[in-house]
Amino acid sequence: MGAVAPANAILLAAILFGLGLAGVLIRRNLIFMLMSIEVMLNATGLAFVAGGARWGQADGQVMFLLVLTLAAAEISVGLALILLLQTRRPTLDSDVGNRLKG
Amino acid sequence: MMLPALIVIPLLAALVACLGGRTRANWPRRVTVGALLLDALILAELTRPVPAIGLAPGWLAHFDAPWIPQLGISLRLDMDGLSLLLLWLTLALTLASVAISWREVTAHVGFFHVCLLATTAGIIGVFLATDLFLFFFFWEIMLVPMYFLVAIWGHERRVHAAIKFFLFTQGSGLLMLLAIFALAFVHRQSTGEFTFDYFKLLHTPMSSGTGMLLMLGFFIAFAVKLPVVPFHSWLPDTHTQAPTAGSVLLAGILLKTGAYGLIRFTIPLFPDAAHRFTPIALALGVLGILYGAVLAIGQTDMKRLVAYSSVSHLGFVLLGIFAWNTLALQGAVIQMIAHGISTGALFILVGSVQDRLHTRDLRHLGGLWHGAPRFSAVFLFFAIASLGLPGLGNFVGEFLTLLGTWRVSPPAAVLGAVGLVMAAVYALLLVARALLGPANPQAVMGELSGRHRVTMAAMIVAIVALGVYPQPVIDMASPSLLHLGPLSARAAPLLHLASRQDQP
Amino acid sequence: MQQLLALVPALPLLAAVLLMLAATRIGTNGVRILGVGSVALSALLACRIAVAQIGAGWAVQPFDVTLWHWMRIGDFAPDVTLHLDGLSLVMMLVITVIGFLIHLYASAYLDGDPGYARFFACMNLFVAAMLTLVLANDLLLLYVGWEGVGLCSYLLIGFWYDDPANGRAARKAFIVTRVGDTALISGLFLLATSFGTLSIPSLMQHATTSWPIGTAMPTLAAFLLLGGALGKSAQLPLQTWLVDAMAGPTPVSALIHAATMVTAGVYLIARTHVLFALAPDALLVTGLIGAATLLLSGASALVQTDIKRVLAYSTISQIGYMFLALGVGAWDAAIFHLVTHAFFKALLFLAAGAVILRMHHEQDITRMGGLRTAMPGVFVVFAIGSASLAALPLVTAGFYSKEAILGGAWDSGPSGRLLWCAGVVGAFLTALYIFRLLFIVFLGEQHRHPHGVTGWRIGVPLGVLAILAVVGGGLQTPALLGGIAIMPGILGGVFGSASHEGALALLPLVLASLVPLAGIALAWRWYGGGLASRFETQFTGLLLRGWDFDRAYDRMIVQPLMWLVRVNHHDIVDSFYEGLGKLAQRTHAGLSLSENGRVRWYAGWLAAGSVAALAIAVLS
Repeated sequence: MGAVAPANAILLAAILFGLGLAGVLIRRNLIFMLMSIEVMLNATGLAFVAGGARWGQADGQVMFLLVLTLAAAEISVGLALILLLQTRRPTLDSDVGNRLKG
Repeated sequence: MMLPALIVIPLLAALVACLGGRTRANWPRRVTVGALLLDALILAELTRPVPAIGLAPGWLAHFDAPWIPQLGISLRLDMDGLSLLLLWLTLALTLASVAISWREVTAHVGFFHVCLLATTAGIIGVFLATDLFLFFFFWEIMLVPMYFLVAIWGHERRVHAAIKFFLFTQGSGLLMLLAIFALAFVHRQSTGEFTFDYFKLLHTPMSSGTGMLLMLGFFIAFAVKLPVVPFHSWLPDTHTQAPTAGSVLLAGILLKTGAYGLIRFTIPLFPDAAHRFTPIALALGVLGILYGAVLAIGQTDMKRLVAYSSVSHLGFVLLGIFAWNTLALQGAVIQMIAHGISTGALFILVGSVQDRLHTRDLRHLGGLWHGAPRFSAVFLFFAIASLGLPGLGNFVGEFLTLLGTWRVSPPAAVLGAVGLVMAAVYALLLVARALLGPANPQAVMGELSGRHRVTMAAMIVAIVALGVYPQPVIDMASPSLLHLGPLSARAAPLLHLASRQDQP
Repeated sequence: MQQLLALVPALPLLAAVLLMLAATRIGTNGVRILGVGSVALSALLACRIAVAQIGAGWAVQPFDVTLWHWMRIGDFAPDVTLHLDGLSLVMMLVITVIGFLIHLYASAYLDGDPGYARFFACMNLFVAAMLTLVLANDLLLLYVGWEGVGLCSYLLIGFWYDDPANGRAARKAFIVTRVGDTALISGLFLLATSFGTLSIPSLMQHATTSWPIGTAMPTLAAFLLLGGALGKSAQLPLQTWLVDAMAGPTPVSALIHAATMVTAGVYLIARTHVLFALAPDALLVTGLIGAATLLLSGASALVQTDIKRVLAYSTISQIGYMFLALGVGAWDAAIFHLVTHAFFKALLFLAAGAVILRMHHEQDITRMGGLRTAMPGVFVVFAIGSASLAALPLVTAGFYSKEAILGGAWDSGPSGRLLWCAGVVGAFLTALYIFRLLFIVFLGEQHRHPHGVTGWRIGVPLGVLAILAVVGGGLQTPALLGGIAIMPGILGGVFGSASHEGALALLPLVLASLVPLAGIALAWRWYGGGLASRFETQFTGLLLRGWDFDRAYDRMIVQPLMWLVRVNHHDIVDSFYEGLGKLAQRTHAGLSLSENGRVRWYAGWLAAGSVAALAIAVLS
């Protein structure tokens, strides 16, 4: 199994990130938005790992672990908020929750 | 110790009124009256012509205590005849405000009187403070409760009016604060001493450009309060929306703090700059007289009409102050007092129309004389007092002001006299539209109640007394006004100008 | 006795205050006693003082009473001082005696009016203010009375306040006179600044010693005082208010707008005649204005159909005579005419009031006629008053005073001759319009029947005034006709004993006496049979509207001012500040558009911002 060229790995990460961003921007369902954010986070994780491989350093993998932890924390808080929103007003539409509008 | 007591008593009373007001509705009213009477007693004690020991000529009482000595700030209070007169006016009108709000204010009675007392305390402080920092402190103190008075107990557009009032006065106050600090720094540069003491700052040498800038800082702050015409527009809104007691306090006393500031601070601190500024100030005074009158003629809201007439009347005060000779200054002082009483009374009367008929709109009024001849006669009396009928207090003020102004600038005096014609127009229009005409079934109101009647009677007596025998007021004010002469030694050309025309 | 002088104005003042305070408690009779009684007492007191002060040769002992020091500011120290000399004595007697008669008349005229007490309160206040005006030793105190009478005039013109038209007339009177007062008070400023005092005797003394004749300062001062006098005395160009002032009750017109207040301007100039003598230009203008006014309003009186408006124009015209007299320096003639005019014009107004009252408040003379048989007494006194106004030779008071004026004019150089001509033409007009009125109202056929009878409280004042209108001429007669000199004697102490009748020219005297007869004859020819021929042309309309001064002022002053008022109703300065507020709110609204609360938008902005930041970082 040949080594993947770092440039290709970074390209993949960028594509994934773009897909995730597009998902966040386009989908209105909060669950899907959260999933898209997961995709974006993992894209950054992939970029870190690819970078670490390119320079032969462990830092990239350390950062990936940090990103994983962050993603887990974010998902738990995010899901909790979505649940709360769901009970307050039965919808998963993100645009409805604009009560803090200035 | 009497001077701080004058300020502390209303503040303590405010605390007591607030605490006690929760259980009994009349408690705050009684406490307020008690505090004001106590203040009046102290003032009566100070009014006695005992030659003050160890004070400069013209000063009646003095108090000094350190506050922030590192910055040269102290709790310094001084009283002269001018302060004394204005303090009497303050107490009398606050008492009148309490009396006429006795039945009318029923919501948040305790807090209402807290605001009233706090405003009064701030005003008393303004009239007494001779430390510039302390002066500014009181200047701000009196605004906040006034804001609440308008915003809570006002009429339909009260919040708008209260915010406008606050922005105007606060913004101009900021300019004054800057000017005060700058003056203190300039003083330190030339003497090495950092101080806010009025008497030490009096003869601060400074370049003419700096003097003009600082003078303008003070002038604009006081001009907004007075109000001088381009800065007047908060006044009609605030007056119109304020509760009656608030209008009385505003017109009667708060505006006078502007005039007091001009006499006490602006001109003595910066005589040169003030002298150079005189033509503009006279023009602004004349503009105020005419502009206010033209606007008053066009109003259909009674309170707005009276408010614009205030703008016109206080134009005379500005004219008198910047004419800067004894006659004009005496006229300005008498005008201040007479205007406080007559316009205060008009606001009370208009307020009682509003309370009973729930409208101030002259288009819906008329024919009030049919149902309430006594009320109407009193209304007529104060309307003609405000148009400057000789024999009443306002005339003495306007005549002396214009006579003094004539020495400096005959055209300004003549234009001011033209303002008297316009005063006749708006005052008589007010009378005609509100009182005269056929009986109007929609506008039937009863006579005044007991407290109102006593208040009105006292005010009528005061206006007549001021008109036929103003000498006590003149005597009380004259030492402090004479005292201003040497203070503004560098304004000698101005005084010289004043006396030049004496020799034909 | 001298100390009692203060009581003369104080009694009506006190009564006025009492009437205001206790109107409802004392009942109609109480009001009547208080209101009429106070002026009666005041009149008695005035007579008593007159008897005490008039000495040999009718000379008056002048004296001052200082009541209190008004104010003292440095050197400027006006006092409340009453000054009695010949001039103020004459004025005081006229005011109190005629005032009493009119009060008595009014007590019947206004019977049953709901504002009875208010009426007498204002009338008494007026008498007090008018007495203050004439007794004042100080121009500032004079000004108090001056404005005081203006206020009472305002209150009484608008007495029937139900009708907004009355209120408008009252406002117009007050405001127009106040325009003149602006000039007057400016004159006060000028005099006070020049001499440091406003006490009339010392002002006059200072003026003569330090101002040469004809220089700018006395001329300016005299013109300013003249401006005040023109407003108060309803002379060109400020005459427009007086005719509208007829909206007030008739006794008010008689007392305020005929006998006393409107002559205050004449009094003012006579009182400050020393100053006017220093300003020949101002005097000339005074005379010319008087002449123009007397002709213009005399002509206007010719075509009026409202009985009170005829008399109002007549009053303006007669005061024109007084100004003419002042203009030629015939001070005592002016005051003499003031007195006789007070007699006969008060008489005419009161008689007209009696007619109006019995015709159910009808004032239009075209609906009257033939009242001679129904009201013979009123007819007689009205005829006496008319004759006196028309200056019927020898038998009327008006003849002697008008002769004194015309004689004075004749004697004062070429400009005086011109004024004399105007005076003679005016005399012709006077006779014509007043007898036109008399004939239309009392002769011819009767259109409507009057009701009721004329009671004693109306009859007695009419009778007394009729007698005065006849014998009043006995105060001063030309040397040719007995040379009685009561008036010159009384006034001598004030004006000096300058006599205008030294070289009395017989020709002008005779000519001037014949002119009224011609006027009466013409009136008889035209109107002898009642309302017969009236010339209706465009010109008549102009006369009817008083030469369109009202329209001109409306266009030139009132409408522009009202336009300004309307345009600036919302205060242009305020719209600037409100605009600032609006601007802040708009900005806020714009910026808060971005804060729409949608997470996806925020995320998008975040992404776009990051890309932009990265792009900048990479590309630069």
